[in-house]
Amino acid sequence: MEDNTALAATPLIDKHKNLGAKLAPFGGWLMPIQYSGIIEEHNWTRTNAGLFDICHMGEFTIEADLSKSNLDDLVTVNLKSLPEGTCRYGFMLNEQGGIIDDLIVYRISQFQWMVVVNAATTNSDEEHMRKYLNGATRLENISTFLGKLDLQGPESGNVLRRLVNEDIQLKYYTFGYFTLLGEKIIISRTGYTGELGYELYMPNKNILQLWDRVLADKLVKPVGLGARDTLRLEIGYSLYGQDIDQNTSPLEAGLEYFIDWDKEFIGKAALKKEKQEGLPRRMICFVSGSRRSPRHNYHIVHQGEDVGSVTSGSFSPSLGVGIGMGYVSREVKVGELVDLVEGLVSINAKVVNKPFYKNGSVKCERAKNAYTG
Amino acid sequence: MLIPDNLLYTKDHEWAKIEGDNARLGITDFAQSSLGDITFIDLPKIGANVKQSDLYATVESVKAASDVYAPLSGEVLKVNDELVNHPELVNKSPYESGWFSIIKISDATEKNKLMTPAQYKGYVEGLSK
Repeated sequence: MEDNTALAATPLIDKHKNLGAKLAPFGGWLMPIQYSGIIEEHNWTRTNAGLFDICHMGEFTIEADLSKSNLDDLVTVNLKSLPEGTCRYGFMLNEQGGIIDDLIVYRISQFQWMVVVNAATTNSDEEHMRKYLNGATRLENISTFLGKLDLQGPESGNVLRRLVNEDIQLKYYTFGYFTLLGEKIIISRTGYTGELGYELYMPNKNILQLWDRVLADKLVKPVGLGARDTLRLEIGYSLYGQDIDQNTSPLEAGLEYFIDWDKEFIGKAALKKEKQEGLPRRMICFVSGSRRSPRHNYHIVHQGEDVGSVTSGSFSPSLGVGIGMGYVSREVKVGELVDLVEGLVSINAKVVNKPFYKNGSVKCERAKNAYTG
Repeated sequence: MLIPDNLLYTKDHEWAKIEGDNARLGITDFAQSSLGDITFIDLPKIGANVKQSDLYATVESVKAASDVYAPLSGEVLKVNDELVNHPELVNKSPYESGWFSIIKISDATEKNKLMTPAQYKGYVEGLSK
């Protein structure tokens, strides 16, 4: 067996073991990959509600007066105009426009923000921020103190309502404070699955109880990182370290939507230049003509020429075929055919727009059974 | 972990069932359990000659593609067409309805290189320690 002793574990590790989860390393952490099976967990999340242990992700609180602090330069999100009680997805870039991390910024109060980052990059993010930020800014890494559970799926709103005994009236990308287990917790209407869903932030000391309480609901099942990956890929969400990294820009990754050009940020000049000169490569999404699935690093062949490689590829449980995405060095239009090649394997695929899966409940104001559940 | 008494095994977790001059081939319960949900299987063509320990099939799970090696040499007589649309049969029934192929054994002495059920059991137990 592999030596997992060097890995970090979330407070829920024994819960996962008791549930019979398969565990594997992810971003320096020993995490549950699956419980009952990836496809079953995936389908359950698309129809009911899945609970994910996301305690490995990093969180920072930042206090700053933006008239004196240089905090706003660090991220592509406009911290000044972000209203209190809302959050936004964006990036921390290097001077070359490469993505140091993708993140979500929460506006807690006039002078306070919370930033949620990837597990594997938490420490390097902190280093980068501390190096850059001036004295008018107070940064605290609260990752070891704060736990995070994601509840995702069309039934997640109903489940939460039963838990907190009040209606969760949160619009997409907003958050609020709710009382649960005698503790004030943050619930945000966000997620990584394309379904109606929530992310719950609560001190680690209560996380075992919270896990049990949420799982006690008949419509909730635990979901591992395996299904988290297929769920996010079906929506076309990027995974940091695989689809995007320090050497890819948000423009290449097709994520310009999350860039606020009206503000200043590190990397802006490089992105502007890239836009003027034309992108050296861009992300495309493709669907295989069969159950055979493209995999990371397969070559993308267009009209007989090797034009790039697959960054993410998997079987899509919802569509019943292989799906994937990757960068290509020339324009390949939606509807065109590509071959995904590795050794003797060659998969015919068609270029499509994301999302692959279009029936997600993410934008639904509430699940269809909101008042009967 | 199911390890039937009437089969022979490889260290790559394939099994062979001797049926007279032929052998029925598949992957073990340990293999299907490690792979997780199986989503696609690339089987050899009928008439193909496979060689012991050579790549002869590919199994894809949600997470990855894995190679399958032939437990014995021989000519492929039959493949399990059911697996094309129902690869999950390998998860549900790795030794029965999840079989891969039937070959005509070309060298019966190769059987000696395979593990007995008791040997395979010990091998698997060693892996999970």
